[in-house]
Amino acid sequence: MKTAAFKIWRGDASGGAFQDFQVDVKPGYVVLDAVRKIQADEAHDMAVRWNCKAGRCGSCSAEVNGMPRLMCMTKLHDLPEDQPITVEPLKAFPIVRDLVTDVSWNYEVKKRIKPFKPRAPDHEDGTWEMHQEDVDRVMEFRKCIECFLCQDVCHVLRDHHKHEDFIGPRFFVYAAALEMHPLDEEDRRDDLRQEHGIGYCNITKCCTKVCPEGITITDNAIIPLKERVVDRAYDPLAKLVQLVRGK
Amino acid sequence: MASAPTALPVRRSFGETMRRDAWWLQPAVVFLGLSAFIVYSTWAAFQGEHYTFGNYLSPFYSPELFGDSGHALLGPKPSWWFSWLPWSPAFLILWAPGGFRLTCYYYRGAYYKAFWADPPSCAVGEPRKSYLGERHFPLILQNVHRFFLYFALIFLLILSYDVWRALWFVDPNTGEEVLGLGVGTLVLAMNVVLLGSYTLGCHSLRHLVGGRLNQLSRKPVQKSAYSCVTCLNKRHMMFAWMSLFWVGFSDVYVRLVSMGVWTDWRLF
Ligand code: SF4
Ligand code: SF4
Ligand code: FES
Ligand code: FES
Repeated sequence: MKTAAFKIWRGDASGGAFQDFQVDVKPGYVVLDAVRKIQADEAHDMAVRWNCKAGRCGSCSAEVNGMPRLMCMTKLHDLPEDQPITVEPLKAFPIVRDLVTDVSWNYEVKKRIKPFKPRAPDHEDGTWEMHQEDVDRVMEFRKCIECFLCQDVCHVLRDHHKHEDFIGPRFFVYAAALEMHPLDEEDRRDDLRQEHGIGYCNITKCCTKVCPEGITITDNAIIPLKERVVDRAYDPLAKLVQLVRGK
Repeated sequence: MASAPTALPVRRSFGETMRRDAWWLQPAVVFLGLSAFIVYSTWAAFQGEHYTFGNYLSPFYSPELFGDSGHALLGPKPSWWFSWLPWSPAFLILWAPGGFRLTCYYYRGAYYKAFWADPPSCAVGEPRKSYLGERHFPLILQNVHRFFLYFALIFLLILSYDVWRALWFVDPNTGEEVLGLGVGTLVLAMNVVLLGSYTLGCHSLRHLVGGRLNQLSRKPVQKSAYSCVTCLNKRHMMFAWMSLFWVGFSDVYVRLVSMGVWTDWRLF
């Protein structure tokens, strides 16, 4: 049996430090296995949140060797063995204790996005017709498990703390799923530009890099939304065309 | 539960990170690559000579609006050009491809990291506390990208015409132009292929040809266009770099052949 060295951040809002641990690990172990073993054997009071252990619930988000990861999907054998593995709480949200942060800000943000507003039903029985190819585009966004790793890595939240003015990549994905939906009739472009602060995103693609669901956040959600905002606010030519067409 | 959540964690200072990998490598490569291109293209634009060879015209100088090379569309160097200003035909046109790349979504993300450390790399501390993003002046101007795209599409046509011209060579015996193929023709053709793959994969184009619609299935032509652009868009970064390198190389090629340093081999 092999041993792996860990440095796990312990503490709360008043401060904290890394604590060293040695764990006997089995082949196939993920970071969460090791953390749970440490919790069971040595640090019974260590706070850690997890649920499905299958990359589905998005609860076990943390920073492993400095990058936001799902602990349950990060295999030990993919990490360098020569140095201790560091595990820290997310940096974009207030710390509760040890590896647990308070992500409730995200749920508040979600409420601020205009909900789905379908057009009138296509048929008398109250149903609609949709083409698969039109739905395909938004299906990618629906894979989101709300792990908030993208929110954590985004420097607008992480380093600049623009929580008041910027909804973060997760919610651009959410807004894109609504805004591009073939049945939706709502217009969220003014909100995106103003309250949701899409202009703060400088398309550095860190969110895309960390998304465990492989959602192409920047290219498929944020940039297309930015382009829609340009239509609405920054393109006099588009305005002219709209005027001429009487739309 | 221990303490209730309070403030956000303290920001990390510049360059501070727990990342173990070579996070600085990618921004460093971008920095060096873009700097090399900027230095070379500026130097080349200032030269004002050795940008043609026969019917070859360096893409840095195309279209040549005014100039003395014989390729000029509107005549020689204009008399109204300020005498105290250095002159080169490239000055009149380079703003268009330059502006197109400067405002390209891919390059923006890349140079914000490499040149402005905003952030230096993902999950690495930043040098500045204040942040305006693209929400305020000056970077809000990046939203003009689609207008540069319109110019870039016109340039693509012009550069394609240059390839057509580069298929014609003056026969020294008769003085007539005959169809031929030189290595330079291939270099310029490759330039159009790579530049086309880059330009036609533009995010703004993707939006304009169909991305803006929610029910693309109702518009088959736009749907096909959207699929094509999306396909190139997935490799936008790759084509951004390949086309950048090749446009520079095309200028080097024409320049060195024109200076007599390289020989332009004719395939037929
Ligand atoms: S691409 Fe935009 S949203 Fe994503 S991490 Fe970068 S700044 Fe944040
Ligand atoms: S978009 Fe990806 S990274 Fe962001 S919350 Fe959803 S699954 Fe997580
Ligand atoms: S425990 Fe559910 S995603 Fe990791
Ligand atoms: S987004 Fe790169 S060229 Fe338009």
